[in-house]
Order: sequence, then C-alpha cells, then structure tokens
Amino acid sequence: MRHTALIPVAAAAAALLLAACGSSSSSAPSASGTSSSPGSGSSSTSGTTTAGKFLGCMVTDTGGIDDRSFNASSWAGMQAAMAANSNISVKYLQSTTQSDYIPNINTFLGEKCGIIVTVGFLMGPATEAAAKAHPSQKFAIVDCSYASGCLTGPKESNIDQLVFNTVQDGFLGGYLAAGLTKTGKVATFGGEDFGTVTIYMDGFWDGVQYYNSKHGTHVQVLGWNEQTQKGSFTGDFTNQTKGETLTSTFISEGADIIFPVAGNVGLGAAKAVQNANAAAGSQKVSMFWVDVDGCISAPQYCKYFVTSVEKGIVPAVKTSVLSAASGTFKGGTYVGTLANGGATLAPFHLWSGKVPASLITQLEQVGAGIASGAIATPTKSPV
Amino acid sequence: MSDQAASPGPATSPGPATAGAKEEERGPDGSFGRALRDAILEGNTVTVTILAIFTAFVVGGLLNAFTNRTVLHAWASLFSAPGHAIATAWDTAVGAYVEMFEGSVFNPHTVAALFQQASFSTAVHDGYLSAVFSPLSETAVQATPLILAGLAVALPYQAGLFNIGAQSQLIGGMIVATFLGYGVSMPFFVHVVVCVIGGFAGGAALGWLVGELKARTGAHEVIVTIMLNYIMAYFLTYLLSFGYLMQAPATSNQITSPIAGNAHLPLLFGSHLRINAGFLIALACAAGVWWLLNRTTIGFEFRSIGKNPSAARVAGMNVERNWVLVMLIAGGLAGLSGATVIQGTDFTLNFQSYGTYGIDAITVALLGLGRPFGVVLAGLLFGALHAGAPLMQAATGTPVDMVEVLQAVIVLFVAAPPLIRTMYRLRAARAGGVGGVMSKGWNA
Repeated sequence: MRHTALIPVAAAAAALLLAACGSSSSSAPSASGTSSSPGSGSSSTSGTTTAGKFLGCMVTDTGGIDDRSFNASSWAGMQAAMAANSNISVKYLQSTTQSDYIPNINTFLGEKCGIIVTVGFLMGPATEAAAKAHPSQKFAIVDCSYASGCLTGPKESNIDQLVFNTVQDGFLGGYLAAGLTKTGKVATFGGEDFGTVTIYMDGFWDGVQYYNSKHGTHVQVLGWNEQTQKGSFTGDFTNQTKGETLTSTFISEGADIIFPVAGNVGLGAAKAVQNANAAAGSQKVSMFWVDVDGCISAPQYCKYFVTSVEKGIVPAVKTSVLSAASGTFKGGTYVGTLANGGATLAPFHLWSGKVPASLITQLEQVGAGIASGAIATPTKSPV
Repeated sequence: MSDQAASPGPATSPGPATAGAKEEERGPDGSFGRALRDAILEGNTVTVTILAIFTAFVVGGLLNAFTNRTVLHAWASLFSAPGHAIATAWDTAVGAYVEMFEGSVFNPHTVAALFQQASFSTAVHDGYLSAVFSPLSETAVQATPLILAGLAVALPYQAGLFNIGAQSQLIGGMIVATFLGYGVSMPFFVHVVVCVIGGFAGGAALGWLVGELKARTGAHEVIVTIMLNYIMAYFLTYLLSFGYLMQAPATSNQITSPIAGNAHLPLLFGSHLRINAGFLIALACAAGVWWLLNRTTIGFEFRSIGKNPSAARVAGMNVERNWVLVMLIAGGLAGLSGATVIQGTDFTLNFQSYGTYGIDAITVALLGLGRPFGVVLAGLLFGALHAGAPLMQAATGTPVDMVEVLQAVIVLFVAAPPLIRTMYRLRAARAGGVGGVMSKGWNA
C-alpha cells in the first residue's frame, strides 16, 4: 500500500517536470520568432550595410583555422588586412568535411562579402563554380591556380589565385643545409605526395646539388630525389609519431639536418631531434621548419630550427583583400617568389651567430641568382 | 507517450531506475554484444529517442551559453544585473538554434526579400523564390548520402551483421561512378543511370567480399570492414597519385578530372537549388529496403537469421548465402551514397571525398533504430544539423563543432535509454519491445 500511496505524489512530480520541460520547449520557438531573430538578423547585416565598410570572408578547408599551416596563415593575412585598413572587417567559416565547402561559400555569397578567400586545391572546384555563377563577386584562392591544373575551366577574371614558387626558397634551404652539415648527409621528407609538398623537396634537393657542384663536395640528400621523384612520406599531416620515427631513422643513417615538409608532423621530427641531441649531449642535429616561421609557431623547439622555408601566404592574402577593398582588384595569378617576398627563408633567430658569415654571403648571391633567373631551379611540381 | 506514466517508486530512492539499469546490463545470455544490443534497442522506444534528441539540444544550448565569451563577461556582473546575464545566456543558446533552423528549414528573411521584389516573375528569375526553399533543399542534399549510407548499416543489422565498412563501400562506389563519369562519353540520362549503377556495383563488390569472407572462412565482418576502410582509403590515394590511373592531367594534386555534365544527377527544382535526384534515390532505396525486409521471403530470411541463425538454419535457410546477399545489397547502398555525392554535388573525386559519411552512417542507423523509415528521419535530422551549421556559424559566431557535439550527445542519450527514462521518470519498456531485434551482436 505504501507504493500506491506514493503514486499521486510521484505523478505530480512527474507532471511538474514534464510541464517545466513542456513550457521551455514550447517557449523556445516563440522566443525565436520575436526577440532573437530580428536581433541576429540585424547583427548579420550590420557589417555590410554601413557605408564604406568592407567585409572580407574566408572559408577554411577541413584542417581548420588553427592548423599551423595554410589556413592559419591565410587567416593571419585576413587579420593583417583588417589591421591595415580600419574599414575592413573579417570573418571566417570553418569546414569540418568537404560537404561544407559549397554551403559555406553560398552562405558568404548571401552575406555580401567584398571578397571570399578559400584555401587549398580541394576547394578549387567549389570556388570555380561559385565564381562562374557570380561574376561580380571577388574571390581569392590560396595554393591553387589555372596553371597548376587546380582550376580547370575557362578562366574566370574574378578569382585571385595565390600560388608560391617555394622551389626557390627550398633551393636556398638546401644550399644552406649543405653548407652546414658536418656528416655530409641531410634529409627531407613530406606529409603526402602533393605538388605543394614536393616542390619544397625538389628545391631542397636542387640546392644541395648546386652546393656540391660549386664546392666539389658530396653532400647526400636522404628522403627525396628531384630527378626520380621518389622519396619518403609519412602519409598525412597530423601523425607526429610517424614524423618522429622517420626522423630518428634518418638521424641513425647519419643525417644531421632534417627538413620535414609535413605541417604538424614536423613537431614529431623536432622531438626526434631533441632526443638525439639529448642522447649525444650536444647540438649534433638540427632542422628546418616549413611554411611559417617555426620560432613563432612552435617556439618550444626554436633552438633546433636553423631557419624556416617560408611560404608568404600572409602578405599575399593581405594584398589581395586590400586590393579588393580599395577597388584595385584585378584577379589573375600571383606567384610568390624570392624576388617579391612570397617565398623566403625566415630569420635565423637563435642560430644567427652559428651560421658562418661567408655562407650567408653565398646565400645572398645564390638568392640573387635565382631571382634573376641565372640559377635554374628545376621542379616537377610547377605552380 | 504511453510510457510516461509515473514511476511507482518514491523519487528519493534509487529504486526503479537502477533496477532498470541492472535489467539492461544482465541481458539474456550475458554476452557483451547482447547487453549492448539490449541497451541500445530493446528497451528503446520512439519516445525515448525523441526525448534523447530534446535533451541533447538542451545540453548543447547550455554548453553554448556557458562557453560563449560575451555570456561569460555577463556572468561577471551577475550580482549587479542578474537579468542581463541570464538574458544573454538565453539569447546565445537560442540564437544559435534559431540560425540553425533558418539555415536548415525556413528563413523568414527570405520571405521578406521575396515580397520586396517588383513582380513575381522577376522574383522567380532572380532566385528569390528559390531562396525561400533553399534551407530545405540544403537539408535534403546533406541528408541524401547519410540516408543511403545509414541504410547500408541498418540493413545488415537486421540480419545480425555489423557493417562498420560503409566508408570503404562508399569509396568503392565513388571510384566507379567517377571513372564512368569522366572516362566515357554517353548521352544524358543514359550516362546518369550508368554511373549510378556503377556506383552501386562498386560498393556491392566490396560488400560481397565481406559477406563471402564471412560465409566461407568465418572472418568476422566487423574486423574485415574496419580494415577495408583503411585499405580503400589508401587505395583511393594510390589511384589519385598517378596520371595513368585516375589523377587529373596537368596537376600534381590528388584529384580527378570533373565528371561530364551528362553524368550530373538532374536538379529537381532549377539551378538555384542544389536538391537533386539523389534525394529521390535515397527515399526510393529506403522504401525498397522496407519492402525487402517486410514483404519478401529474402527479407524474412534476413530477419530470421538476425534473430537466431541456428534456428534459421534448422528451418532450412541458407545462412551463409544470406550473409553474402545482405552484405552485397548493403555495400551497393553505400556505393550509391558515394555516387550521389560525386554526381550530385562534388563532381570530382579527391583523396578526402569520403569525408565522414561512413562513420556518420553508423550513428544514423543507431538513431533510426535500424529501421528504414527511422533511418530517413535520422538522416534528415543530421542533414538539417549540417545544413544549418554555416548560417549559425556566420550569424552568431557559434563554433561549427556544435553540430558534432549535438550529434554525439544525441547518440549518447539514444544509446543509454535508462538514463533518459530516469531523467523523465519513464517506465522501462518490456524487453523485445518496439526496438525489435536488430542484430545478433558480436558473438554471432
């Protein structure tokens, strides 16, 4: 009987609970209809309707905004544009899967963006289709161009294609590595066999060969050969353990300068370098970082980074957004090179005293030679 | 809502809730697979599923409200202006859902824009009318591959098999559909049909392989399908790495040439809306799977084998042959899913084209309680979450990860009916209730 007596009480409690839930669920749509939706509507349009304001929009690829690679660099370029021109505001949409690319671009088309920046060759088809359907909308795409086969159709004049001839600074990196190595062996490896990856490795290999031909040395490159296009890849851009294993292998084979071209996988390489130096008790092994300045993006390993072979995405995106805001946007292909600062070696930071002055002078000469075209930088991955 | 009778015990004692949980844990034969199946299905009802979704939205809203920077600042002034903090939190949580709703179902702003047009014909021509239906169109587009891949998981469940390999079968379908799409030239319609059938065949071949391995050697389908997911992902990368295989000419990127225009799935409502015939294929397949399961001898054999393979064998059914057949059909459905992505929206194949469809398919099948109609609803729900995400992200700055959190929490609650029943004071459903038997489990 105890149970039956309690039933009404429990029923009342349950009814109260359900009533509470019911009221909260039923009031949600009504609130949406009255208070919040006009508010959100006005907030979404405020950036576009105000006179003189310019909205720069960016769609990330699946790597996300904080990938320490081209998405992060592109976003830094957007923010640099905002800092340079107070009329510019910027926003981004993150893609979690490839099926987000087209909806994200379409959402920005509805937001009246002054320019829509997309990142990476995977977004090439979606960007091209949107550019074709909306000829008055300005687009910019990073690491993708008609010349590289990423965009395929008839040329749309409203796409700014930002590509980077990183074979040039890769070449300088290879030359520097060949000049610094004590063991006569240097190594490079990639994340995946992509053109944007192997172009660095081509340059690195070429640079070492050039150093050998000038100095009569026999510095070997492990992990890549520009002529056979065969080498080592970890298989992705995220698995740091694979980077650590591969780097340890190269070190045990005698390489003392490692150049990983694999985004975050490079952090695993840095760990292997750290371990090798700890075991040796001195700085025996060092490495180069890629894409961005490693001493800024991974400062904990700065002392192992001789330099970074940079891709100038930040200035390129900044310039593109500023040109769209000022009305000087032309579209077409921008190729980052040594000459225009779109492909450069980063400062030496903690290594500034350790690189011989004579080598730095030679680097400057080689750089001038590359910029003038006197020194050829062959690659099988043209931009 | 018959389950919502008050629980007999006093609210303060742990009584009925834990008793229900123990009931779930025990399971009929005590095996892990059985217990899992019971926990997910037998005690489950449509009510619990709907409440699980509702609860997930509440949890997601709280999470959103309490991680938002503006709201966190508002809490700092809680004592000086308590109303402000609570109002900000409420606006943030609800605002995100409102934008999600506007991006996936209906956006009133589009209607306002429609009525501002000079005439109806210009409104139609400039796409203002389409804009009204664009959210629904996007939901359908996002739901299409999820429904098909969800069916590819749900159908083998009914025959007692866990198909974790929708991803590999989807890749198989994508490869064949894409190759036929750009490699051959055919008239319109014929080309579409050939590519769709090719997609089915590509997935079916992989499904057949799994069924055949299980039937002949006893290799467990869970292991085989998981491994095939990796094999197919790397095989795809391989195909896209060489110009003489599938890599587009004049590029060093891992991407194919675009498929021919004749192979595109036709758009259903004009060029402004992305909804295409793939959605109809998905709905037709759901109806077909329902018909197969409930109106044919083959379907009866599938379900019998799913309930008890030994009894089915004694009754004269060829269990092995049915395993092969059900995996073949399931693989084909997953392959179709891949074909609709290539032919409906993407038009090129790259090394990441398979996305997360194959994994999402498992959650769609679970949420759909393993039944075709449920899979359609679950696919539409997840499709709506995806379709609403861009607008939510753009208008409110809510991180897009909110969608993933919602999906995960929904499945979490659906997989834990005792939790939901405790929260809402529901009576435990009788074993073998609405959920029905989905699969034999890991020990089949």
